[in-house]
Amino acid sequence: MMSLLLRDLKLSVRAGGGALIGVLFFMTVVAVIPFGVGPDLNLLSRIGPAIVWIGALLAALLGLDRLFQTERDDGSLDLILMQEHPLVLTVLVKCVAHWVANSLPLVVASPLLGLFMNMSEVAIGAVAVTLLVGTPALTFIGAVGAAVAVSLPRGGLLVSILVLPLAIPVLIFGVSASYAAVEDPAPFMPPFLILLAITMFFAVLGPLGAALALRNASD
Amino acid sequence: MRLTAEGLAARRGEDLLFSDISFDLGAGEGLILTGRNGSGKSTLLRVIAGLLRAERGAVTWHSSGDGPIRAGEACHYLGHRNAMKAELSVEENLGFWKSFFGDFKGGTGISAAEAADRVGLGGITHLPFGYLSAGQQRRMAFAKLLVSYRPVWILDEPTAALDARAEATFADLIREHLGRGGILLAATHQPLGLEGMRELRMTGFAGVAGEFGA
Repeated sequence: MMSLLLRDLKLSVRAGGGALIGVLFFMTVVAVIPFGVGPDLNLLSRIGPAIVWIGALLAALLGLDRLFQTERDDGSLDLILMQEHPLVLTVLVKCVAHWVANSLPLVVASPLLGLFMNMSEVAIGAVAVTLLVGTPALTFIGAVGAAVAVSLPRGGLLVSILVLPLAIPVLIFGVSASYAAVEDPAPFMPPFLILLAITMFFAVLGPLGAALALRNASD
Repeated sequence: MRLTAEGLAARRGEDLLFSDISFDLGAGEGLILTGRNGSGKSTLLRVIAGLLRAERGAVTWHSSGDGPIRAGEACHYLGHRNAMKAELSVEENLGFWKSFFGDFKGGTGISAAEAADRVGLGGITHLPFGYLSAGQQRRMAFAKLLVSYRPVWILDEPTAALDARAEATFADLIREHLGRGGILLAATHQPLGLEGMRELRMTGFAGVAGEFGA
């Protein structure tokens, strides 16, 4: 399993792997907001956490369709399905690799983009922490969509639309936890813990659903 | 060790592509599938590998001591696609599959470098897989069968894109596999240069295949 993790990480940084595409998209989306909204610093810092979260959500969904599609295109998926290790575990490892290669860079880039949005240090920290906790849920949810759409050519947009309803709660609790950190009366912990719970819930359910879909997608 | 199939039938679209296929292969035995394009050779192989659900019937693998298990776990499957990543070097590809496959009970695989040597491409394992020619890629995909041990080899058109010498190399490797008690299932148009194989001639659903060909 370790070898699968290493191989997926290697693939994502080699040419055509697409690990950087997500970060670039994230930066593009967030960087143009100040130009569109105008130089109203108070407004920017007020909408900052939400914009950074939305940008990260879209960027995280961007590369998800490739999760199993590349494996299917070159026939590797057949061999993965035939092995005796539980498919759920294989899917989980692929999700972890995908998260490390595609979503972790988003978390790392978010403080820089927070500066673009004139966010305070506390807000920047809160967004980074909520992204760190919330983005794995997006990957696990997306894995189900990617597995369902694996045999469809150009399933990319379909995957995003399929998983978007399930990704909305992650966005809601991520953003509300980020706001709670800066706005005094609202407590930070409840939405943050719910976010954590969502991630753990989908860490179990996502790979199960994806494995089931992959088993039935063979043609 | 026995690979048995009983009353297999599989569907392609509305109709049954084949039905009632049964065989029983023991150590050192091979079965060659022949037939026209679209006659169901690849489908049968995928059913045996567990990649397609059979409409009826079952494939089981029996080994001494243990109960029957899913046949796919005892098989190497070499399909039309090579299952190698163009971005990774040959060594990384083979190394990954070696550790991901692990060895089936009763044998061990050889190292990636040795396997490349056995298919006659020893010196180029550092190159990205995508740089190789179609024939070289096929040979490296074949080397994948050597890096980990599986008693059953399922080969779908293994010699497509290969020159005569590579075909002979493959035939040698297959003979060696059978000699060690392995089992072979192959679909092919070219004679593989193997003697004493059983042959299963597939006909497909009569008439419909002809329509597709026209």
